[in-house]
Amino acid sequence: MCTTCGCGTDAVTIDGKAHAHGHDHDHPHDHGHDHGHDHDHDHGHAHGPGCGHDHGPAHEGAAAHSHAAGVPAERAVAVERAILAKNDAEANHNRRLFTRKGIFALNLVSSPGSGKTTLLCETIRRLAGEVPIAVVEGDQQTSNDADRIRATSARAVQVNTGKGCHLDAHMVGHAVEALEPGEDSVLMIENVGNLVCPSAFDLGEAHKVVVLSVTEGEDKPLKYPDMFAAADLMILNKCDLLPYLSFDVAACLANARRVNPAIEILQLSATKGEGMDGWLDWIREGAGEARSRRVRAAVPGAIA
Amino acid sequence: MHEMSIAESVLGIVEDTARREGFARVTEVRLEIGALAAIEIEALRFCFDAVVHGSLAQGARLEIEATPGMAWCFDCSKSVEVAARGEPCPACGGSKLQVSGGTEMRVKDLVGA
Repeated sequence: MCTTCGCGTDAVTIDGKAHAHGHDHDHPHDHGHDHGHDHDHDHGHAHGPGCGHDHGPAHEGAAAHSHAAGVPAERAVAVERAILAKNDAEANHNRRLFTRKGIFALNLVSSPGSGKTTLLCETIRRLAGEVPIAVVEGDQQTSNDADRIRATSARAVQVNTGKGCHLDAHMVGHAVEALEPGEDSVLMIENVGNLVCPSAFDLGEAHKVVVLSVTEGEDKPLKYPDMFAAADLMILNKCDLLPYLSFDVAACLANARRVNPAIEILQLSATKGEGMDGWLDWIREGAGEARSRRVRAAVPGAIA
Repeated sequence: MHEMSIAESVLGIVEDTARREGFARVTEVRLEIGALAAIEIEALRFCFDAVVHGSLAQGARLEIEATPGMAWCFDCSKSVEVAARGEPCPACGGSKLQVSGGTEMRVKDLVGA
């Protein structure tokens, strides 16, 4: 899959449809996956042209040189670009749209099976008539999760990433175009169930929210620290099951704070409802702030 | 395996730069990857070799400079070097550390002709 634009052989689909648009970039996909090393490694001797492999000039050396007449001179050029600059630019584009429309966007990340979709369905049900919620569902395959969300009467689009292990800002940008979330709404982006890869990709959200269920293990924050470090809020879900498990809540919270001293933590059960009020209040507060920022920005001459 | 996406992003930057510089081929690419950037270096090398195949950077040498992970320890009020998130402070053994550096992922420079 090409995560530059989400197209390619394992096409990303949004509600089952490939998204087509013009591209000004090349696609590195027409290759076989040949993993033999056809490059040379450093060694300490000098040799002339015609030996079958070239050496680049030293990085510090600005002087270009050529090993053979008629061969263009190799030269080093500074690049100094963040590898994810393109994703970050698209994330900022999404973020500006969210700010302009007063949308409170959350990126929900977790392992598969932590209860994200159940949490979302319950959240939508409890905030119905109060806060409009739209959902972007990310999964490798199937529209099962978007179907579950739509059954609550909330609007949802399903992004299928094919072989992709995470959502990126470009996919979310297209999903949001299709979804058209309203002014002052909450946008829930349910990422692909994966505690590793989504941590590196900004989607333009206000917060990453990591969901951990008590059936998983209290050391998950230490095993997958990048995700817990990237999240602003951790939800400890399925707390109604604690009497049947040997899960050490205090150790889990300490582990989460060890990788992220600033992380907020909420403990709840999406199915039984305990602790849901704290989560709903957290959403109300964020949505209220997003709305205030939009209103302030809309005042002529105001600085958002 | 988000290293595949990372490798594709690197190739995108390499191709943009090659176009700008008029390079027909790129023989070396140098990256800076922080120790806390959530990148498995060997996986990235593997993916890089795969994605540059058939491109103008096919066979290019990948140089990776690792920058150290740095964190602020709230217990001993010091900036310390850490190998991974979640590790205790190497100075005082404390566990309240805020990462302050070592999450970089940059293409530094490249060699082409």
